[in-house]
Amino acid sequence: MNRRDSLKALGLIAAGSAAILTTDSCDSPSKNATATTEGDRLPGIQDYEYERTQKLLSEKYFDEHEMATIAVLADLILPKDENSPSATEVGVPDFIEFIVKDIPSHQLPMRGGLKWLDIYAQKKFGNTFIELKVENQTSILDEIAYPSKAKPEVSQGVSFFNLMRDLTSSGYFTTKEGIAYLGYVGNRPGVWNGVPEEVLKAHGFDEV
Amino acid sequence: MPTFQIKEESTVYDAIVVGSGAGGGMAGYILANAGLKVLMLEAGPFFDPAKDALQLRWPWESPRRGASTTRPFGDFDAAFGGWQIEGEPYSVEKGTEFEWFRARMLGGRTNHWGRISLRMGPDDFKPKDAITDEWPITYDEVKPFYDRVDRMIGIYGTVENLHNEPDGIFLKPPKPRLNEHYIMRGAKKSGVTIIPGRGSVLTEALPGNKDRGTCFYCGQCGRSCKVYGDFSSSSCLVIPAMKTGNLTVIDNAMVREVLSNEEGLATGVSYVNTKDMKEYAVKGKTIILGASACESARLMLNSKSKSHPGGIGNSSGLVGKYLHDSTGASISGFLPQLMDRTRYNEDGVGSVHIYSPWWLGDKKLDFARGYHIEYGGGMHMPSYGTFHGIQNYNHLAPRTDGLPQEAGGYGAALKKDYYRFYGSRVGMAGRGTAIARKENYCEIDPNRVDKFGIPVLKFNYKWSNEEIKQAKHMIDTFQEIMHNMGAVITSNIPGEEQLYGLEAPGKIIHEGGTTRMGNDPKTSVLNKWGQAHDCKNLYVVDAGPFVQQGDKNLTWTILALSMRTAEYILQEKNKLNS
Repeated sequence: MNRRDSLKALGLIAAGSAAILTTDSCDSPSKNATATTEGDRLPGIQDYEYERTQKLLSEKYFDEHEMATIAVLADLILPKDENSPSATEVGVPDFIEFIVKDIPSHQLPMRGGLKWLDIYAQKKFGNTFIELKVENQTSILDEIAYPSKAKPEVSQGVSFFNLMRDLTSSGYFTTKEGIAYLGYVGNRPGVWNGVPEEVLKAHGFDEV
Repeated sequence: MPTFQIKEESTVYDAIVVGSGAGGGMAGYILANAGLKVLMLEAGPFFDPAKDALQLRWPWESPRRGASTTRPFGDFDAAFGGWQIEGEPYSVEKGTEFEWFRARMLGGRTNHWGRISLRMGPDDFKPKDAITDEWPITYDEVKPFYDRVDRMIGIYGTVENLHNEPDGIFLKPPKPRLNEHYIMRGAKKSGVTIIPGRGSVLTEALPGNKDRGTCFYCGQCGRSCKVYGDFSSSSCLVIPAMKTGNLTVIDNAMVREVLSNEEGLATGVSYVNTKDMKEYAVKGKTIILGASACESARLMLNSKSKSHPGGIGNSSGLVGKYLHDSTGASISGFLPQLMDRTRYNEDGVGSVHIYSPWWLGDKKLDFARGYHIEYGGGMHMPSYGTFHGIQNYNHLAPRTDGLPQEAGGYGAALKKDYYRFYGSRVGMAGRGTAIARKENYCEIDPNRVDKFGIPVLKFNYKWSNEEIKQAKHMIDTFQEIMHNMGAVITSNIPGEEQLYGLEAPGKIIHEGGTTRMGNDPKTSVLNKWGQAHDCKNLYVVDAGPFVQQGDKNLTWTILALSMRTAEYILQEKNKLNS
C-alpha cells in the first residue's frame, strides 16, 4: 500500500481526489476528526478509564471563591494580547478543576496555596486577592513569581505560584488557540523530507 | 451454593500460544500460515490499531490533556497496563528494586514501543570478554531469520558495515530534524558515532504487502498506527494470521497453569476468563509461551506437578534467574540557537531518526560492554506538562525584547517565553548492557496471590558497579555532547549518590533472561531452539531465552528467535509425520 492508499484508509482523502498533501498544508485537520467534547468516549478507551473520567466530571473540588481566584491568576499568568486569547477565554480554570481531581496530589498544594494567597493579600492590602486592585495583585505576584529573587518569607507562595503557572501552561497550550499561538503545525498527514533548505542554511548546515 | 466448574474444551489444538506480543505473535503467524491449528490466549482485550489507536487526536480531546494518570506514557499512548495494574501486584525483596511493566492487550507492548529495531551482533552472542556466558547460537545462525524479519515486517536504516551493529535489509531512513543536525555536530566533536536510526516503520511501501499502509509522518508510533505503517504484533502478525482461518484468539484469558501428564509432557493450559471469572482448560500438542520474560517464568513456576515438582521446565532451578533489563540514564536541556525558530511540521516518524551505536568497541573501560544513545527534542505536539518547570530555565537564554530577564514570571513576558522556548528542547538517553546475573531473579512470592488467585512474582534485583559506572560514562558523555553542540543543560546532573541517574531495573522495559537457553540442561532452562530441556513440547519465545542481551533493544531478536523456534517446531512435526 502506498502513502496515498494509507490516507484513503484513514478517510482523509476521498477516492479520486486530486488534493496533494504537503507538510505546510493550512487545512485544519481537526475537521476530519470526529468532533469531541470532554466526556465523549473515544474508541480505544478502556471501560475503567471512561468510568473514572465520568465520575471525576460529576464531582466538584474547588468552591466558587477558589475558582474565581484561579481565573484571576490564570489571566494574570497568560493575558490576552493582540494575537491570542487569555487563559480564561480558553477554559483554563475548568481544566485546572479537572486535573486536580485527576491528579489528587495537586489538591492540597492548590487549595492551601490559594488560602495562603488570600491571607497574604489580607495582611498586605486588607482584602482577599480577587478583591484587590490589579496593581496590588501584581505587586504580590512580583514577590512570588520570580523564585531566584523572592524573599524567604514568601517561599510557600513561590511554590504555589510555580504549580499554578505550570497548570495554567498545560491548560492553555493544549487548546486549539494555545497550539495556534505556539505555531505547532503538525499532527496531520504529510511527507517529511528533512529540514527546509533555507532553514538549514540559516543555521549553518550545508547538507540537505 | 455456587458450583465451581472448569469448562474443558474437547478440541486438541496443534499448538497453544500464550501471549500475543512480538514472540507469541510471530510463533502464531508462522504456525498458522503453515496450516497448524493454533489457539492464542491473551490476558488483555482484543486490540486493533485500525480502530483503537488514538493516533491524530489533539490534546484537548483528552480531559487530562494527555497526562499520564491512567497510562504511563500519556493518555493517547497505546499501552493498556503499566508498572502497576489494579489487582495484579508483585513484590520486591527488601533492599532491591524492580519495576515490572505489563501491557494487557492484543499485541502486548508492541503497540506502544519505540520501534527501534536493532540486531544483536556477533560479539553479543559470543562475548569476547568472558564476563557473561555465551549463547548456544551464533550471529550467523540467527542472521537468516533477522533478514526474513526485515523483509516481512519492514525496517528503515542504512548500511554502515559496523562490526557489532549488523546491517539489515533497509527501507530509506527519515532525514534528521534541525535539533538532530546540532546533535550530530556536537557528537562529531566528541568523537561519538551517529548514524541514521533503524526503526520498524514503513517509510516506503513494503514489497509484496497489500495490507499495510505507508508512514504519513505524524510521529505518533507510540499510539499505534491506524494504517499499520509500523510494527505492532496485533496489526502485522496476529490479525493477518487470523485471516488464514488457522488461528483462534481468545482474549481476556489469563493463563493459570501449563498442564502436564505423567510422562511430564505438556497437555494444555488452564486459564481464567478475566471478565466473567470462569475457569477453562484447553488441550494442545505443543505449548508455546510468549507471555513476556517474567510472566512466562511465573507461569512455569506456578505449573507444578508430580513430574515437575519445581515447576514445569524448571529441573535446573534456573527459571526466573539471570533476570536483566537494559541500563538507562538521560539528560536534557535546550538549544539557544533554536529559540524563536521558524515553524514547520517536523513530526517525522515515531521512532528514532538518528542514534549512536556503541562507538568504543571492546576498548578497556572501568565497566563491561557499552550502550547506545537515543536522541530527542524538537517541535512536538504540546501535551500536559510540556512547559512545566519553565522557571528553572527561562532566565538562561538572553532576551532582546526589553522584558525582564528573570527566572519564572507571569504575563506578557512569560507568554512570550513559552513561544520562544517552544521546540528548542533537546535531550539524550543511553540504553546499555546490564549484566545477566544468577543473583538477580524473580521467584514466586509464597505469601501473595493476585485477584485471580494466581501466586505472584517477587523480584530480587540489584545493580552492580558495572551498570553504575556505565551510567557515569553516559552522563559524562552526554554533558560533553551537549556542550559541543552549544546546548544549555537544564536537568540536574546526577552524582554518585543518585547512581548517576541510572534508572531502576525494569524501567527500560527490556527485561529478559529468565528462561535462558543453553546446551547444558543443568545450567539452562531451554535448548538452543527455545525448547524446554525437561519438557519436549514446551517452548518459550519471548525474551526469557536470552542468555545476555546486548545494548540493542530486544524486539527484533525476539522476532527472529521466535520465527526460528516456530520453524523448528514445524520440522519436528514433519519428522514425526514422515
